[in-house]
Amino acid sequence: MFDKILIANRGEIACRVIRTAKRLGVRTVAVYSDADADALHVALADEAYHIGPSPARESYLLSDVILDVAVRSGAQAVHPGYGFLSENAGFAEACATAGIVFIGPPCAAIRAMGSKSAAKDIMGAAGVPLVPGYHGQEQGTDFLQTEADRIGYPLLIKASAGGGGKGMRVVARSADFGEALAGARREAMSGFGDDHVLLERYLTKPRHIEIQVFADSQGNALHLFERDCSIQRRHQKVIEEAPASGMTTSLRGQMGAAAVAAARAINYVGAGTVEFLLDEDGSFYFMEMNTRLQVEHPVTEMITGLDLVEWQLLVASGEPMPRAQEQLEISGHAIEARIYAEDPLREFLPSIGKLRHLRTPAESTHVRIDSGVRQNDEVSMHYDPMIAKLVVWDCDRSSAIRRLRQALAEFQVVGVTTNTVFLGSVAAHPAFAAGEIDTGFIERHRTALFPEAVPASDRILALASLDLMLEREVEAGQRAHSSSDPYSPWHQTSGWRLNFDNHHDLHFIDGEQAVTVVVHYRPGGYLLDLPGGSLFVRGEGNAGGELLADLGGMRVKATVVRSGNMLTVLDQGKSHLLIRHDPGAAGDEDEAAAGRLTAPMPGKVVAILVEVGTRVERGTPLLIMEAMKMEHTINAPCDGAVAEFHFEVGGVVNEGAELLDFTAEVTSI
Amino acid sequence: MTTLKTALNVHSKEFRTNVDSMAAIVADLREKASEIRLGGDQRSRAKHLERGKLLPRERVRQLLDVGAPFLELSQFAAYNVYGEDVPAAGIITGIGRVMGQECMIFANDATVKGGTYYPLTVKKHLRAQEIAEANHLPCIYLVDSGGVFLPRQEEVFPDRDHFGRIFYNQANMSGKGIPQIAAVMGSCTAGGAYMPAMSDESIIVRRQGTIFLAGPPLVKAAIGEVVSAEDLGGAEVHCRTSGVTDHYATNDGHALSIARRIVGNLNRVKKQPLAVREPVEPLYDPSEIHGVITTDTRKPYDVHEVIARIVDGSEFDEFKQLYGTTLVCGFAHIWGYPVGIVANNGILFSESALKGAHFIELCSQRGIPLIFLQNVTGFMVGSKYEAGGIAKDGAKMVTAVACANVPKFTVITGGSYGAGNYGMCGRAFSPRFLWIWPNARVSVMGGEQAASVLATVKRDGMEARGETWSAEEEELFRKPVRDMYEHQGHPYYASARLWDDGIIDPADTRMVLGLGISATMNAPVGKTKFGIFRM
Repeated sequence: MFDKILIANRGEIACRVIRTAKRLGVRTVAVYSDADADALHVALADEAYHIGPSPARESYLLSDVILDVAVRSGAQAVHPGYGFLSENAGFAEACATAGIVFIGPPCAAIRAMGSKSAAKDIMGAAGVPLVPGYHGQEQGTDFLQTEADRIGYPLLIKASAGGGGKGMRVVARSADFGEALAGARREAMSGFGDDHVLLERYLTKPRHIEIQVFADSQGNALHLFERDCSIQRRHQKVIEEAPASGMTTSLRGQMGAAAVAAARAINYVGAGTVEFLLDEDGSFYFMEMNTRLQVEHPVTEMITGLDLVEWQLLVASGEPMPRAQEQLEISGHAIEARIYAEDPLREFLPSIGKLRHLRTPAESTHVRIDSGVRQNDEVSMHYDPMIAKLVVWDCDRSSAIRRLRQALAEFQVVGVTTNTVFLGSVAAHPAFAAGEIDTGFIERHRTALFPEAVPASDRILALASLDLMLEREVEAGQRAHSSSDPYSPWHQTSGWRLNFDNHHDLHFIDGEQAVTVVVHYRPGGYLLDLPGGSLFVRGEGNAGGELLADLGGMRVKATVVRSGNMLTVLDQGKSHLLIRHDPGAAGDEDEAAAGRLTAPMPGKVVAILVEVGTRVERGTPLLIMEAMKMEHTINAPCDGAVAEFHFEVGGVVNEGAELLDFTAEVTSI
Repeated sequence: MTTLKTALNVHSKEFRTNVDSMAAIVADLREKASEIRLGGDQRSRAKHLERGKLLPRERVRQLLDVGAPFLELSQFAAYNVYGEDVPAAGIITGIGRVMGQECMIFANDATVKGGTYYPLTVKKHLRAQEIAEANHLPCIYLVDSGGVFLPRQEEVFPDRDHFGRIFYNQANMSGKGIPQIAAVMGSCTAGGAYMPAMSDESIIVRRQGTIFLAGPPLVKAAIGEVVSAEDLGGAEVHCRTSGVTDHYATNDGHALSIARRIVGNLNRVKKQPLAVREPVEPLYDPSEIHGVITTDTRKPYDVHEVIARIVDGSEFDEFKQLYGTTLVCGFAHIWGYPVGIVANNGILFSESALKGAHFIELCSQRGIPLIFLQNVTGFMVGSKYEAGGIAKDGAKMVTAVACANVPKFTVITGGSYGAGNYGMCGRAFSPRFLWIWPNARVSVMGGEQAASVLATVKRDGMEARGETWSAEEEELFRKPVRDMYEHQGHPYYASARLWDDGIIDPADTRMVLGLGISATMNAPVGKTKFGIFRM
């Protein structure tokens, strides 16, 4: 076993590897970019080295810089995690040259599986079943059209060097092939610098079943059963589980044997995953082999009770695998859900920003959280916006689903939009419970899974209002405490008036709608006028930041996270954003003074539309910035002129950054 | 401390009768207050809102800290005085917290006669300034007023305590370091223009606030210049050119948030000098006071029952408990503040007056605020008492009350008649605050007594002339006298004329006193120098 390893990765997987290393007494070295200077993986590691600016290609993808750190720090091995350099044969080779162990397969195996078409040739030769298709070198358009017609439709065009859904096209009929091919080639060229494509039969209701394999340098190879990763959106896995529902022992045996054969065919060592498409008739086809630890490996760990990272370290240090195939068995059922900072209602656009509030379900034998972030960390535009992997385990699938739903409801994230509610809808769907899953699941059940944005319920408004009023009480209490007149009734927050009752109006913006809640002060609580009627509420906050509310006699536990004017109500597993609107408060300051114009969200300046000093009318577009694939135009707030632009075209802008100085013209009224 | 034991039976018929009649009186009070609270008529209010302006009570609400109490003053000012409705005399005044500091708020109500100053508007404004000055409360003027109500200029303009006194007070308060802040949210014409100009810091709302010595019609008449109100004295002019105002607000809400910001920058620290302790609610529910007092002011009740429902933990350390028992004196706490209570429990005798004078000296010496619970028909009369020197003993108490320099608070809980009103710190003795219960009566003597006195004088005259006066005729004579006294002694009548600072529900007495005591703690407690006590 090694004494010290370097983890050439970041985020949850770096933390995950460090956890096992610590348990085994192996010292750890982390590397980090500018953006990750205060990241969790840096804090957890024994040592950490800065390797460059935030963009991955200038830090986590710099194999020579990382190897240099490995040498300097005295690490004997490098764990690449997943992504980044994990399937980079050149890096594996460079490690070997530098005398450092690459914790992964031999570079030949990586290379063999790196090209999808080459991989299929090898697998076909090894007797692993393949989807009917064309994986050859001939790339003439007419030739490919002929091949496509031979294979039949529907048909899939894939970039040979591709992954992650880029350069992929599904073609329904022959007539559409030409156009789809051109599109796939364009994307492949821009994505991978190589426009080679392969063609495959497209299975209409395939399941994505993958087999976890492991091999050691003594020539042993085995599999650790399957994972069902069929719940995908645009070829991105969303929910993974093990074992696959409806899997039979004999099919498992066949698929396992095929996977082990695949591993052996390339003299594999270490952890790998052989992905298959399972057709409705029970036939399965090799899709690809991932020569690294998968994101979803925890579900396998949960049902086998093994630590795959520990196995990786053992095998990489030359030791045999701790178990043989016949010593492995499945216990219970595990499901993983990937919690992403993304907006399911906006085509899963990444949602970046600060995690102002992050609370995860409590970990137990049933619940495991693999995360690389903490509250107040940033989800940046530079990396994958995954917040955490939620893994649940129970004796059987239906119990595991129940655990999943419960845990998802307990997940609280404020600051970025997340997919937890969407994941909850998937987990709650009857078809999911029935195991009726295939890769088309999300598309097929779209309407049920993407509910329309609903206006804030009375309950949500009541919780938000109560929280605000309680905040006043707490503030008043603190003020009283630090006052020279601590017991003064002036500290009261009951809105006392002489000879009549008083109320307070709370104005919220809910989506596009303005909502006003009238708060009547009553002894011991507040009577709220809500859209649906009146409700007496009272409550208190607890030390954990939770709100213990009594809404008209119903006791409710919820969380309200405040940040400036934003209130996020976390209740019943859902999150609802309300904007506090104070008529006449600070917003008007900008109007009164000359405006300072700030970036509405982080992004990039893509165009500057006027010249400094040129007089423009109110509403004239001044600058365009692009953020999250959307363009935002900054307009002149009034008549005047730009005094200075603070960014050039191409400049990266943080949220709230001042974009330009605008001098208003003095107007007489 | 001694805990008061109640002798009250909350299940008794008497208690319930008292509660019912007081409930009716308080309900009437709240109903009238609710009408006053609306301000001007529906049309004026709608017009006001159409202009994008907030109603004055909403302005006050947004100015104050959220949920903070507002101790409104002179709520019934001008009630049924002018033969036309001038709710609250067209101005809201009161003490409220802004950024954690007690401030005096003045808010003109432009929906009431354009916010113009009636005689009682001036009196109310000056009274609030008087309280602000005595208690060092920053003044925030939310100006929206057409200035002097011209038809009544003789009662508003020329005298010492008329309109001009507002500015005299502003200058002198500013000189004493009592901040003067004005937000011009509507017109501010002629003399009114000095309100922001005399302030330490001023705010104006654009296209809404105007300040000028002479408005457009007068300018046209005087020098032939034709100019719009906005160009003559709007926010642009005063913030960018004249410098009359310091802060430019885009609307009412904005102006109020600027006012709050200004208060936040005052750098004032309240130096509360009393030995306070953690407050404890009274053992007995303050609302039970309704059942203690008889609405007939001639019927006595034990004032200990009232004290037990006002003071912390119903704890009361009585002074000279066995001497001069018609005046109850003792130490207690209200909202944690130590207080000395002087309360009537019957007619005043020499002993009671001496005891009262002694107790007031104690409190003055110790810097303890004094609370007078007034329910007094007067000093004892008759040759025995005159010979006993009740006049000089009463004078001792009056001297003590007049000179005591600790904060004094008076609550008229029942009858307030004759010299008893003076000895118990009536309006003429400048208590910091004076509140009246809705069941109380204020007059030189009771209506029945006045009718008797006048009837006796008349009968004596008639009998001297040999005329006769039947009982029926006498009753016809007495009734209008009684009615007049009843009418003029009524709290609504008294409060309308600012003989007090407000009518309060007896159940609110503890809260109102607590707020008042705390507000007075903004000013240092001065030393007392008594005049000559006639021995």
